Amino acid sequence: MVTELFSSGHTACAGCGQALGARLVVETTGPNVIIANATGCLEVFTSRYPESAWGVPWIHSLFQNAAAVASGVEAALRIKGKLDQVRVISQGGDGATADIGMASLSGMFDRGHDILYVCYDNEAYMNTGVQRSGLTPFGSRTTTSPSGKKSFGNPRPKKNIPEIANAHNVPYVATASVAFPKDLQKKVKRALSIRGPKYIQIFVPCPLGWRHDPGLTYEIAKLVVETGLYPILEYQDGKLISVKTIEAAKPVDEYLKLQGRYAHLFTERGKDEIAKIQTIADSNIKKYGLLKEGKEAQKKMAAEKLAEEKIFTTAELSKCDGKDGRPAYFAYKGKVYDTAGSDRWADGAHYNTHFAGSDLTDALVEAPHGDEVFERFKIVGVLKA
Amino acid sequence: MIIPVTSKPRTSKANKTGTWRSGKKPHFIQKECIACRLCVMVCPEGCISGDKRCTYIADYKYCKGCGNCAAVCPVADIEMVKEEWWRETIS
Amino acid sequence: MRRYLEGSHAVAEIVRLCKAQVISAYPITPQTHIVESLAQMVADGELNAEFINVESEHSAASVVQGASATGVRTYTATTSQGLLYMIEVLYSIAGLRLPVVLTCANRAVSSPINIWNDHQDSVTVRDAGWLQFYAENNQEACDLHLMAYRLAEDHNIMLPVMVCMDGYILTHAYEVVDLPEQSQVDKFLPDFKPIHCLNPDEPVSMGVLMGPESYIETRYAIHQTMMDALNVIPGIADEFEQVFGRKVHCLIEKYRLEDATQVFVAMGSMVGTVKEIVDGLREDGQKVGLLKVIAHRPFPKRIVYEALKNAREIAVLEKAISLGEEGPLLSDVKSAFCGQGNQPKISGFVLGLGGRDITKKSILEVHDALSGSQVDVKFIDLKI
Repeated sequence: MVTELFSSGHTACAGCGQALGARLVVETTGPNVIIANATGCLEVFTSRYPESAWGVPWIHSLFQNAAAVASGVEAALRIKGKLDQVRVISQGGDGATADIGMASLSGMFDRGHDILYVCYDNEAYMNTGVQRSGLTPFGSRTTTSPSGKKSFGNPRPKKNIPEIANAHNVPYVATASVAFPKDLQKKVKRALSIRGPKYIQIFVPCPLGWRHDPGLTYEIAKLVVETGLYPILEYQDGKLISVKTIEAAKPVDEYLKLQGRYAHLFTERGKDEIAKIQTIADSNIKKYGLLKEGKEAQKKMAAEKLAEEKIFTTAELSKCDGKDGRPAYFAYKGKVYDTAGSDRWADGAHYNTHFAGSDLTDALVEAPHGDEVFERFKIVGVLKA
Repeated sequence: MIIPVTSKPRTSKANKTGTWRSGKKPHFIQKECIACRLCVMVCPEGCISGDKRCTYIADYKYCKGCGNCAAVCPVADIEMVKEEWWRETIS
Repeated sequence: MRRYLEGSHAVAEIVRLCKAQVISAYPITPQTHIVESLAQMVADGELNAEFINVESEHSAASVVQGASATGVRTYTATTSQGLLYMIEVLYSIAGLRLPVVLTCANRAVSSPINIWNDHQDSVTVRDAGWLQFYAENNQEACDLHLMAYRLAEDHNIMLPVMVCMDGYILTHAYEVVDLPEQSQVDKFLPDFKPIHCLNPDEPVSMGVLMGPESYIETRYAIHQTMMDALNVIPGIADEFEQVFGRKVHCLIEKYRLEDATQVFVAMGSMVGTVKEIVDGLREDGQKVGLLKVIAHRPFPKRIVYEALKNAREIAVLEKAISLGEEGPLLSDVKSAFCGQGNQPKISGFVLGLGGRDITKKSILEVHDALSGSQVDVKFIDLKI
């Protein structure tokens, strides 16, 4: 039943990216979760008394304190000895996360609570009628950053909350877009497999606020990634472990022109501003290696760097078998991977067929998956036979 | 004096948001379907269900007619149709 | 067991005996000694609780809100700016009917910044839906905390409770207090049983959006509960006496009121000073008495009227003022007489703000002013 945990009948606008994102998240977590929700559209359209769209225990208190309320929920579960059975999620929009709730989010990270914080980023205060937030992108028009004779809309770039999360030494940080639901769900799953604070920021289009056709939600959420404007990243322990690569970056105007919030840029005067937005995309592509070839180069660099750091002999690797508290590593094509955080590698065994401590290069031929699954594992060194 | 200040789970189902549709709804053609489930995944309402190929369908009691299922379908097996036309075909 | 303790440490001992499970606080003078003691108890394993250090009072209140909603007993303490920073969470906690207990170590409010005692902080939040009790001394502060948990978690009440004790004057004063045994506390205060809580086995949505069709009923229910509490409190106070062997006043306390024609009305630690003045004036043959108000919310209006109805001159002494009007307690006392046949002279006196000493001379100045015409706001010990 797909609607068990997030029911139909909620009152989000047609094509709402946030409703979509929230449903994907809670369907991934399953029923054993408690959600603390910040004030905002998501709270309003899911909880109009006496109805609720939620099939999991859910609490809303205020705009800026969802992370702190979740901290209290987590502390209560801990003292009751139930933290092993129930996961805690704190969630809110971009304003609740990056502006008014920044302090409580920082506190939650700092204290190391075992909570996944999900930010649904629709790039403005939508619930109050599309006002500018700290995550409103450069050049976007909102009701409090309007375009006019002396303005091209919001004059500032988005705050980089994933990096702020990283600066707190949060063990897992990721971005996602609702156009890539499987990637999103994979990240939620991985986040929940890790103890401690986690942060996932999801790009969620808002047809009403962005002034686009509700049927374009998917397309816009895809284009923002394909232009490089919204890099889809994944960090573990502060290290970038995966990026969603793009074949060939599309020009940003393909993305911008679909949305009324950027309509004022499609004028003679606006050309320079579009060029500036293109610069933002270009710099993302460079910084995070978003192009396919860039990714390969990055991987090679990372491997070379690791090779200098740690070399495993076959004997050394065989000791990393996941038994008696030892780490569980395996080798593939000369690289040594750490299985930590994977629920498919409990106690150093993978489906009771493959075991940590060994070189699995030949075994992969028989596997139902390719080497793309290794992206989720941290490379800890190289194998010298 | 205690009065309820909580809502019971899943009660939003009482709210038939299908009445919000303004003129178009998805028609699941059910010919080319490859059961990739993308339509299920991108539905903001969570009102599309199905399991095998060519079994997917939206619950029109809740479908708001946004059209993202049609946009995401890789084999163009979902089309947005005028509501009136659709009504005629089922009557 | 009688022990010689600082007020803050005594309160911390009571919170330990009440087995608070999640404690969260942000440091602010003069609340710190309470939460430092609790942190040490947790560190030493004497108290099995989660002590959550937060980045603000707003989050301290939010943490205990989340924990209380998950069905455990909670505690926080603050004062002054911290309490004001908590305000919106205080309203939310009451609205969700969560039995949080909070100690307010009463302190003045900025600006100018002032870390000394008055009641402006807690009086300002009297409308938030919290039961509010004011302690005269440290024994009473301890007893009111025991009552606070019992009342908050009573299924007929389910509202948060704030125990107010004067900053420094009580929190930092060493007094002998009679601390109960664990077995007594356990008998008086059973485990917290929430009516509903956040639990995947029985999911509910808490803190939902309510429109014009349902919101007003929630406010009515809180108000009605406050009124009901006035009737519930005496019965629980009787139980308190049976278990602990001493009386606890929770609403008001009458002091030499029998035939008094002139009556002081006051809250908190200044009551002790007023009692001495009353004793002195009685020795001079004057018919003077005192009404100590403990419950500011719910305000026991009928009981206050009954206690004061034979007085001809009433002086309400307050460490707070509704600027541009009068002292809030004065308004409450006046309203108790509204519509009654007898209308005594009821005057308001504001004193002790920002920690200005309230001396016997201050109280005598009030007494001298009482025989004159009625005043709404007279500042005492003013140096202008």
